[in-house]
Amino acid sequence: MADYDGQHTSATAAAGLLAIGLAAGLFVALWPTLPQIAAGETVRLVWPWVPSLGIDLSFFIDGLSLTFGLLITGIGALVLLYSYRYLRGHPHFTRFMLFLSLFMLSMLGVVLADNLITLFVFWELTSITSYLLIGFNHADPKSRRNALQALLVTGTGGLALLAGMILLGNAAGTFELSEIRAQGGAIAEHALYLPIFLLFILGAFTKSAQVPFHFWLPNAMAAPTPVSAYLHSATMVKAGVYLLARMHPTLSGPDIWFWTLTIFGAITTVFASFMAVKQTDMKQTLAYTTLMALGMLVLLLGSGFGYAVTAAMAFLVVHSLYKAALFLVAGLVDHATGTRELGVLGGLGRAMPLTAGAAALAAISMAGLPPFLGFISKELQYYASTGMETGALWITGAVLTANVLLFAVAGITALKPFWRPAQGDLPKTPHEGPWQMLAGPVILSVLGLVFGLAPAIITVSLIHPGVDAITGVAGLGVDLKLWAGVNAALILSLATFALGTVVYLLHGRLRAALIWAEERLPSFDRGWDRLLDGLKALAAWQTRILQSGVLKTYIYTVFATLLIGVGGTLLLKGGLVLPETWLGPNLRIWLVVALIVAGAGLTTVTNSRIAAIAGLGAVGIGVALIFIIFGAPDVAITQLLVETLVVVLFAVAALRLPSLAAEGPRKLRSFDAVFAIAIGVLVTLIMISVTAGPLDRRITTYFEGASWPEAFGRNIVNVILVDFRALDTFGEIAVVVIAALGAYALLKGPREGGAK
Amino acid sequence: MNSIILMAGTRILVALLLIFSVFMLLRGHNEPGGGFIGGLIGATGFVLYAIACGTDSARTALRIPPENVAMIGLGIAFLAGLLAGLFGDPLFTGQWLFIGETEDDKGLPLSTVLVFDIGVYLVVLGSILTLVFALEEGV
Repeated sequence: MADYDGQHTSATAAAGLLAIGLAAGLFVALWPTLPQIAAGETVRLVWPWVPSLGIDLSFFIDGLSLTFGLLITGIGALVLLYSYRYLRGHPHFTRFMLFLSLFMLSMLGVVLADNLITLFVFWELTSITSYLLIGFNHADPKSRRNALQALLVTGTGGLALLAGMILLGNAAGTFELSEIRAQGGAIAEHALYLPIFLLFILGAFTKSAQVPFHFWLPNAMAAPTPVSAYLHSATMVKAGVYLLARMHPTLSGPDIWFWTLTIFGAITTVFASFMAVKQTDMKQTLAYTTLMALGMLVLLLGSGFGYAVTAAMAFLVVHSLYKAALFLVAGLVDHATGTRELGVLGGLGRAMPLTAGAAALAAISMAGLPPFLGFISKELQYYASTGMETGALWITGAVLTANVLLFAVAGITALKPFWRPAQGDLPKTPHEGPWQMLAGPVILSVLGLVFGLAPAIITVSLIHPGVDAITGVAGLGVDLKLWAGVNAALILSLATFALGTVVYLLHGRLRAALIWAEERLPSFDRGWDRLLDGLKALAAWQTRILQSGVLKTYIYTVFATLLIGVGGTLLLKGGLVLPETWLGPNLRIWLVVALIVAGAGLTTVTNSRIAAIAGLGAVGIGVALIFIIFGAPDVAITQLLVETLVVVLFAVAALRLPSLAAEGPRKLRSFDAVFAIAIGVLVTLIMISVTAGPLDRRITTYFEGASWPEAFGRNIVNVILVDFRALDTFGEIAVVVIAALGAYALLKGPREGGAK
Repeated sequence: MNSIILMAGTRILVALLLIFSVFMLLRGHNEPGGGFIGGLIGATGFVLYAIACGTDSARTALRIPPENVAMIGLGIAFLAGLLAGLFGDPLFTGQWLFIGETEDDKGLPLSTVLVFDIGVYLVVLGSILTLVFALEEGV
């Protein structure tokens, strides 16, 4: 099985075992809360995080989060065990274990968080870690592209979600989810309900891949198989569903909630089940059935109907069990035979009996046959859809279509490759997998049967508390039963089996028809590429416009903006004030002014760079003199020193520059002169206007008063720099270092084509 | 540049500038001065030395590459800010220790603020020399 050349040392083994132990330990740690949750209680843990913003690291366990938590840690432990063998000897084995564990922890954080901001942080962490996992084979450009696609789609939704959460937090007056839930449906009456709803929906639909955001999910199959099993069964993609369930008591109720969830859920579930029939790759097929499941869950969460919510909880559990098992089976088949193409696989039952058995159990649960949990969950779906107050007919139609196709897909994917005769040579001779890889599929698929035979095990402990958490009212949960008598749901189930068998027998033709149709329909995936290309083209275009690379253009732009923006404001707002008294005949000051004017004049008329620099230096020294006259020795010293160093820098840099005389025609230079004078006049007018009014001395007074008693310093300027505003100073010196390193890199770095 | 007068003068001037820069750094809390000004003066000293004796000699005299000096300074300033955390104060709160404190006299004041200022000094010195040396060597 070990296909990788890398070393499987004791260090990597320890890393793997640590990850498995962590997942199993968390699973066990959640276990003791079961009796409490079953009794209808909840658990809440709080650590202050950013108390000034009302953000706490708070966690909350109720039926919904516990169900998710157990699925995440339980399946996580099995998937990690599987990966331990699957990726043994992989050069990045440790990295993989780390990513998967981090992903598990982020996901656990999402479902346990009780604070909106905490939830958001974990939500984003799942996006980032799944990006790393999908792009794990980073040498493959397709893998990188698909990882980026998933990150961008879910990240966009994440931004929307953040905005929605901030709105919700302000509308409710708290960021704690349990407190928001306690307000009942108050948010639904709030003026901000619509934007909050839309932003949350955008976050949930992108994460849970509802049409039209579905395209990233099948592409995420670029990840190694254990990742697919994990991402697509219990976790990542269910985060959106979890969010909808979590927000159900707060946001559900208005018609827009019902119709949005029901319509998008129905479209997704039907579309995805057709797409699943079309696929020929085992993993792709399973990916689309996951999409189908997500659509179904969203559809079921549209209403607060007891049957619908119970059906959602039951389907959530059963889907996680059989889908994780089937993905792991797909990985086993891939490794044993070297292919996942359904067209060539056959006769594996004899060579891989345990795999085949697990696949069969999982497939029967997926098909919804008794006595499996899948059957119960499907019955509940029909109860829910036929019992809807509005739209019962078409919702039932959508649920039936999806289930019929799912039945057929179960047969195509998980039974046919094992039980039909061999179809000729496979790339490898099939053989049974090792126990670490069999444990997951076997345990998960058997659980589907056990829970089907004895649904009471999960009904009271998980399903009913979960339903209570979603509806926000106690006691709406329905009991899970294998036999509920002859009724509409049973008849629909029988119809599903009959129609499903027909589809299974005819699936070759259906697939051909679907391929024909798909070629004639626009592809979301290609649309995504076009969108990205468009964005890049837009970025390139606006960069060419704004970043011309000509320094002169930049200076024109900056100063023209200043002239129009500031000058315009000054005129329009009537901010121009002239002082009542002028400086008067103070000889010292007029001498300094003369020095500055002479320096500036020299700089503009000279043809020699050295003379221009000297002129600028004279201006700088004049300014420093002004500082000294008005009693700011610190600033004056700094000014003088900087002037000195700037002259040195200029003198060195000037050696690399062309002669001044060659610059521009006369006409342009006179334009420059007018432009420069306009700027100078504007800035002067602003300074005159500002100094004409009384200065607000509150801050100065504060620092003068506080400098010695609080910071033990008499030099206010320095005390502000190193004590009162030390954080600002730290930021500034960091910028200084970065600028110096940047310039150093430019000067010392490799030069292309002799350009300077 | 090969000027014996400049080289001879530089030896004395550089020594004076460097001592003066430390003096400015230390007095900065109560009199005009401080890490920023001190760093500028120190940089001026080394720039003068580089002009007189060449950047190779200046680099040798500095011993540590200037970009490292800047990074070390940034690290020192950061650590000085972090120290406040040990005493339970928000980051970058000044911590003071007065050695030999009496009723009328504060004694010898030592503080994280001074450490921070030393960081600023090194950042300014290192960054300017990074630029100047690179520019001069590039000519």
